[in-house]
Amino acid sequence: MAKYLLLKHYRGAPAPANDVPMDQWTPEEISAHIQYMSDFADELRAGGEYVDGQALAPEGTWVRYDGEGRPPVTDGPFAETKDLIAGWMVIDVDSYERALELAGKLSAAPGKDGKPIHEWLELRPFYGTAPTITE
Amino acid sequence: MTLDEALLRSLTPAVLGILVRRGADFAAAEDAVQDALVEAVRVWPEDPPRDPKGWLVTVAWRRFLDATRAETARRRREDLVDAEPEQGLAPDTDDTLQLYFLCAHPSLTPSSAVALTLRAVGGLTTRQIAQAYLVPEATMAQRISRAKKTVGDVRFDRPGDVATVLRVLYLVFNEGYSGDVDLAAEAIRLTRQLAAAIDHPEVAGLLALMLLHHARRASRTTAGGRLVPLAEQDRGRWDTALIAEGVAILQAALAQDRLGEFQAQAAIAALHADAPVAEETDWVQIVEWYDELLALTDSPVVRLNRAVAVGEADGPRAGLKALAELDETLPRYSAVAAYLHERAGDRRTAAKLYAEAAGKAANLAEREYLTRQAARLNN
Repeated sequence: MAKYLLLKHYRGAPAPANDVPMDQWTPEEISAHIQYMSDFADELRAGGEYVDGQALAPEGTWVRYDGEGRPPVTDGPFAETKDLIAGWMVIDVDSYERALELAGKLSAAPGKDGKPIHEWLELRPFYGTAPTITE
Repeated sequence: MTLDEALLRSLTPAVLGILVRRGADFAAAEDAVQDALVEAVRVWPEDPPRDPKGWLVTVAWRRFLDATRAETARRRREDLVDAEPEQGLAPDTDDTLQLYFLCAHPSLTPSSAVALTLRAVGGLTTRQIAQAYLVPEATMAQRISRAKKTVGDVRFDRPGDVATVLRVLYLVFNEGYSGDVDLAAEAIRLTRQLAAAIDHPEVAGLLALMLLHHARRASRTTAGGRLVPLAEQDRGRWDTALIAEGVAILQAALAQDRLGEFQAQAAIAALHADAPVAEETDWVQIVEWYDELLALTDSPVVRLNRAVAVGEADGPRAGLKALAELDETLPRYSAVAAYLHERAGDRRTAAKLYAEAAGKAANLAEREYLTRQAARLNN
């Protein structure tokens, strides 16, 4: 059993094959895309592999400590930021192969003309617990 | 009266077995037993039964009938199950054993088998299992419900494979202690119960292995959660009673002369436990046991651990030579290489390898430990 994070990027990932921006799809194509994502999450829930899923707004703020008694410094958003995370899904699966399979399936969500967008997703393993028996 | 939850849960497999023998299907019976356990937790502290098992069987059977009736009514069918139950014919231990086999059935994925075993044999609630594995309760409920469907058609009276059961219990033990439920202690309880139901040297071997590792638990991490390697552990904090029990169980198993991988692993753990200080560890014998283990499994992870033992028995150069024959992409390969290089006097290479190993660690505790090793050599 291992947990994985499926990261979806607004930008920063390699360009998908079916790279038409969403605002140029038909409303029906947008609905089909959203339905696909929602069905995907439902399937994970039914299969006992779902842990969490969240979407993030694109605009963020950089924050850092600015010394004792002073409010934190804020900055940004930076236009030049290359990598922008759009959201994530956390899964709990039996193997890395299963995680790959699920990420591949999520990447097949339909886009323009109902064809899969082949979107690149980032798959990151969680740190697990230290096993008791090692030697 | 305070409720002895372990006693209550130890009755789970026998009660479930009786319901299945009376003709209840496994999935419905399992739900009914869970209901009865919850009811027991509520009622027993005020009104303890004279016969706890009889009480659980009665309540679970009633729940099963109620649920079946409701289900039947919903489907507008006739009431199918209203007859007085037949008494179970076989003793409890057979039922218990059959449940272990069913819950570790080869058609289940490892995570499903683990979840089903903890619930149907262990008597844990879905919420407890979900907390232990850090997933939402709804996800764990689905996992268990699907697992029950998967084994729905498996005959309850066919003997299964002990090896699959042992793999499930090993997984539970190795998960350790991450939430409210102490999975290591639970794995030991379930393995003890299995050892009572079947005389098998590998069951005994696994139980011994668990006890010998559990005995070191207090010394394995600092109060702050840092890993303490075996050689630096405070051996005064090892649980000598658990070690003695583990060694006795192992010796009885080895005397049956049917060696298996868990007995061999337990033998290695016993040799570590036997050394009053790390320097007195009998590494020559440990290497011999790794050779036995390799003959049984031929696993690359065993080869890696063997290289460490060779490094202790015959010196770091010999260890590095053994390591050179292995695949560099093995988990912990860099960590082992770092250790052996430091022992051979090459601190610079060791520091570099420790940093590399930290980047590949599969858990945070190991990453921190390896980073500290690199930092120690770099300063």
